[in-house]
Amino acid sequence: MLKMSNISKIYRTELVETHALRELDLHVEEGEFVAVTGPSGSGKTTFLNIAGLLESSTSGLYELDGVDVSQLNDRKRSRIRNEKVGFIFQSFNLIPDLNLADNVDVPLRYRGWSGAERRKAVGDMLDLVGLGSRQNYLPSQLSGGQQQRVAIARALAGKPRFLLADEPTGNLDSEMAGAVMKLLEDINAEGTTIVMVTHDPDLANRADRNIHILDGRASDVIPAISPNVTPLPERGVARV
Amino acid sequence: MFSYYIRLALTSIRRTPVLSALMVLALGLGIGAFMTTFTVYYLMSGDPIPHKSDVLYAVQLDNWDPNDDPTESASDVQPQLTYQDGQHLMNADTPAIRQVHMYGSDMVVVPEGDDPPFNENVRATYQTFFSMFDVPFIYGSPWDKRADDDHASVIVIGRKLNDRLFNGENSVGKSIQLNDGFYQITGVIDDWQPTPRFYHVDAGRRFSDSEQIFLPFTRAIDLVLGPNGNTNCWAPLDDSLPVIEAFLKSECVWTQFWAELETPEQAAAYKDYLDNYVRDQKQIGRFQRPLNTFISNVREWLVVNRVVTNDNRVLVRLSFLFLLVCVLNTVGLLMAKFLGKSGEVAVRRAMGASRQAVFIQNLVEVATIGVAGGVAGIGLAWLGLKGIENLYRGYQHLVHLDPVMLATAVCLAVISAILAGLYPVWRVSRQAPAGLLKAL
Ligand SMILES: Nc1ncnc2c1ncn2[C@@H]1O[C@H](COP(=O)(O)OP(=O)(O)O)[C@@H](O)[C@H]1O
Ligand SMILES: [Mg+2]
Repeated sequence: MLKMSNISKIYRTELVETHALRELDLHVEEGEFVAVTGPSGSGKTTFLNIAGLLESSTSGLYELDGVDVSQLNDRKRSRIRNEKVGFIFQSFNLIPDLNLADNVDVPLRYRGWSGAERRKAVGDMLDLVGLGSRQNYLPSQLSGGQQQRVAIARALAGKPRFLLADEPTGNLDSEMAGAVMKLLEDINAEGTTIVMVTHDPDLANRADRNIHILDGRASDVIPAISPNVTPLPERGVARV
Repeated sequence: MFSYYIRLALTSIRRTPVLSALMVLALGLGIGAFMTTFTVYYLMSGDPIPHKSDVLYAVQLDNWDPNDDPTESASDVQPQLTYQDGQHLMNADTPAIRQVHMYGSDMVVVPEGDDPPFNENVRATYQTFFSMFDVPFIYGSPWDKRADDDHASVIVIGRKLNDRLFNGENSVGKSIQLNDGFYQITGVIDDWQPTPRFYHVDAGRRFSDSEQIFLPFTRAIDLVLGPNGNTNCWAPLDDSLPVIEAFLKSECVWTQFWAELETPEQAAAYKDYLDNYVRDQKQIGRFQRPLNTFISNVREWLVVNRVVTNDNRVLVRLSFLFLLVCVLNTVGLLMAKFLGKSGEVAVRRAMGASRQAVFIQNLVEVATIGVAGGVAGIGLAWLGLKGIENLYRGYQHLVHLDPVMLATAVCLAVISAILAGLYPVWRVSRQAPAGLLKAL
């Protein structure tokens, strides 16, 4: 599904060069639920942005679904992003003056679906996250957990096969975080591949596999056997 | 997708009402100022009778004081003729297809019933006037040539007067009282307002209303209707004659004279005719200046009479500069506006919007602001033109923003807005979305 080899990302400003990713190698298989952990500033978000084609790597090879995407132009990258990738952010990033239905509708507009198709998908997704009766609410009228559920509905509305979540529970209390995690697990069970950055070890342990990013390099840690199983103690760091 | 973008634009405009209002105001002021000066210019420089302007010629004969400065161009010669010269040409067999000799006056209309009498502008003219100048009739027709010869008491009236006196009904054959006589209506003309009013371009009357009453010239002279317009004399009247007769035989100029000449050959022949006429007159002691006759078609006539002044052009240029300043101002406001939109743009990019899609979406927003600015500009231009109308006499037709001008205003506003928006919109569509999402 996702295959990165030798990916480096260097941010250059006039004063400094930041090596956000250093020769990162990483695979994610179709249908996996992968949790990415690592200290702040280690390059997790950069990795997700490159994975989701929001940014290009400075060097290295990236194949998504068997297609080399590192050299595509903006229009093609945007199309792939639109069709194959869903994003969820820590701060939800709903558009404040659009109601819930219009927020969920955003990716579908760029998909070119008909009005009827879009309305159906929007309704279905909001039902799925339990907010079907609040289509006309504004994001500000919802709690954080509800907003994140709308964001998930938006990410999934176009039926992407690949969901990228950057600390999706970071701004939520543990109860809401649990509910969002449960939703992601259900979605994964339906077949969507998920890569989730998290600081929460409990949530990380519920994933199929954990990848630890440290200083721009990835390493697999503790392949969890199944969700809800207490992980074994750390077995050492192995390059993927 | 376009209607989606329009909807997003309206939402976005509502989100920042103050900023949006400032932008609309900036564009509106620029467009308003420009449209005001441009409308004045456009009306002044417009061709008042496009399909005939090259066959209608105003006639000038240089009968002026021999001690005056020499004549260099038509602009140095009086724009009007003496009564005697006009009458001679009118009654002669000239090479022109048609000619008209005329002047403006006024009379008191005495309505039937209790309505009080009122003053109305009158044009004393010949029946050729209506066909030469293609005046549109709603009822009836001009009087016939016999009426001119017979000094008949007939008139053609305008739609406004017909509405006022006859509620807009067909009044042909009816008579109305003017001063102390009765005049039979032969025709009613539609609203007819050549702008500028080329056929009589006295300063201060170039943009006046066309007359509502037309009366045979011959009858008007019998009535001793005085001219309501410039009358210029350089020699004293002959005091051995009764004053009216002395005036009609004087060198005073107060009548307008036009000839319809279809081909250049005809025009040349007509000019020769005028030259020969003046040479004959020199024999009997008139026209003591060098021979100078001029014929000018309508467009030339407006130039000869400096209907469009240099001031108008300078004003149009200045207001265009002002519009540019407003556009630059709008660029700044749009930068601020789109800075606040970068978060939303990043989200849309993450959801699959291409740079191009973002660019177009925001350009639609800018164009929407432009439309609003255009409407505001039309409002301000209307006020500006009203102001000019009130300030200067004889500019009654400026607040006549025709559809062309309205469309021009809106197009200009949209183009200005898009020009102002091009750079901010390009910037916002090039922003790296990833960095902004992290910041959110
Ligand atoms: N747009 C950017 N410009 C410059 N440096 C950046 C940019 N984005 C991230 N960085 C730097 O790259 C490194 C990795 O950042 P990030 O991927 O956000 O880490 P994480 O998500 O693991 O906290 C950090 O040192 C960060 O300061
Ligand atoms: Mg991060």
